[in-house]
Amino acid sequence: MPDLGKYAAEVLTAYGVSLALLGGIVWLSIARGRKVKRQLEAAEARRRG
Amino acid sequence: MIRLVLRDVRLAVRAGGGFGLGLAFFLIVTVLVPFGVGPEGAVLTRIAPGILWVGALLACLLSLDRMFALDWEDGSLDLLATAPVPLEGVVAAKALAHWLTTGLPLVVAAPLFGLLLNLSGPGYVWLVVSLALGTPALSVIGAFGAALTVGLKRGGLLLSLLVLPLYVPTLIFGAEAVRRGAEGLSVETPLLMLAGITAGTLAVLPFAAAAALRVNLR
Amino acid sequence: MSIWRYANPAKFMATTERLVPALSWLAAVALAVGLVWGFFFTPDDYRQGSTVKIIYLHVPAALIAINAWFMMLAASLIWLIRRHHVSALAAKAAAPVGVTMTLIALVTGAVWGQPMWGTWWAWDPRLTSFLILFLFYLGYMALWSAIEDPDTAADLTSVLCLVGSVFAVLSRYAVNFWNQGLHQGASLSLDAEENVADVFYLPLLVAIGGFVLLFIALVLQRTRTEIRARRLHALRLRERMA
Repeated sequence: MPDLGKYAAEVLTAYGVSLALLGGIVWLSIARGRKVKRQLEAAEARRRG
Repeated sequence: MIRLVLRDVRLAVRAGGGFGLGLAFFLIVTVLVPFGVGPEGAVLTRIAPGILWVGALLACLLSLDRMFALDWEDGSLDLLATAPVPLEGVVAAKALAHWLTTGLPLVVAAPLFGLLLNLSGPGYVWLVVSLALGTPALSVIGAFGAALTVGLKRGGLLLSLLVLPLYVPTLIFGAEAVRRGAEGLSVETPLLMLAGITAGTLAVLPFAAAAALRVNLR
Repeated sequence: MSIWRYANPAKFMATTERLVPALSWLAAVALAVGLVWGFFFTPDDYRQGSTVKIIYLHVPAALIAINAWFMMLAASLIWLIRRHHVSALAAKAAAPVGVTMTLIALVTGAVWGQPMWGTWWAWDPRLTSFLILFLFYLGYMALWSAIEDPDTAADLTSVLCLVGSVFAVLSRYAVNFWNQGLHQGASLSLDAEENVADVFYLPLLVAIGGFVLLFIALVLQRTRTEIRARRLHALRLRERMA
């Protein structure tokens, strides 16, 4: 851990929030992707009967 | 096209058409602001240009969703689309009617509201001039927003979300012109920019709005 | 063969199937290297102290936030002119990523501004422009989600994107006129006078590369999802008809 000096709180907040936001958008994208894929496969299966 | 303008103006002026509603709204905003920030004249003088412009902008916004919605519901928009007048012309006529019933009364009444907010002497002229130059842009930009959202059930809120960011340049230059005018500085630059924006939007946005209407009428 | 063959959804899906995981890994590696390098192995700035480390998030995010809008503009134009569905869906897919980047740029800027400028928020032209950009993204996404028919939605949002771009540029100049700023000049430009110092430069480049790769991977992945969602929508409509 590097010595962040008196601005440790600011730097850590910035990194924390940013990584959380990045993680959030990645997670949302993947979750929605999986869900839609599953539903599409089910619909295709229904169509083929 | 002139008939279309007259028809829209007449519909708006008739009872329940919403004429005067914008004006009343503008009045309420100007009355509420001193309650919010306190009655000191110096403070009011300082913020008057901004408040008056923001109030005018919100008052304009208020009646936008009616611009195409009524004609859309009763199907006369379909008729207008197939009429010999180009749809761009219809949009321009509608925007003009909106300006005549909303923008123009605001321009006329604004000095009165300026009085309420203790606007400083030379500001009055520039308030009227900047509103007269700027409000047509507000109406045309609004027509574009209304055309985008005409097919939606609850388009009103979305309409504000779409239109308000587009109002930013107009607001900045308009309020800046009044502020400079009130402080006795040169107003040439913001007024020229304001006129430029109005001219540009008048030239371009009817086409964009007509394109959006055609998509919605498909 | 030209780029337009990827306008065929089947071809697009087949190509991106392998491309997305590869890009994601590259993005993860570049981000990890850039951020770890920046966070642990760069010196503090003699004036800004350790807050200079925020640059590795702030600059790349801001860069992507603006360029994501340009990408949406290009995709919207392609949709309006050539009617390729993949293009319209790519524009839709990019918006949430763009808005996230805008938010990151705003938050990191505010956190950095607090100790440096003594305020979380200043109505500085660059900050204000980003706030306006954020509003544009919100409106664009709201319009997408409000319209049911996919083709109507694609058309209307594309028109909004075109008009919005003009107004975004206009706002940028209006805001500049309205207030002179606190913000420093460009961090990266060909004019070396303005650039950040060399020690910070390399990790910053790596971090930017990571953000760019991440953006591309996310947009491709989300576009795949949108293509599937579109097909699903069509299938459901057909089921309801039958």
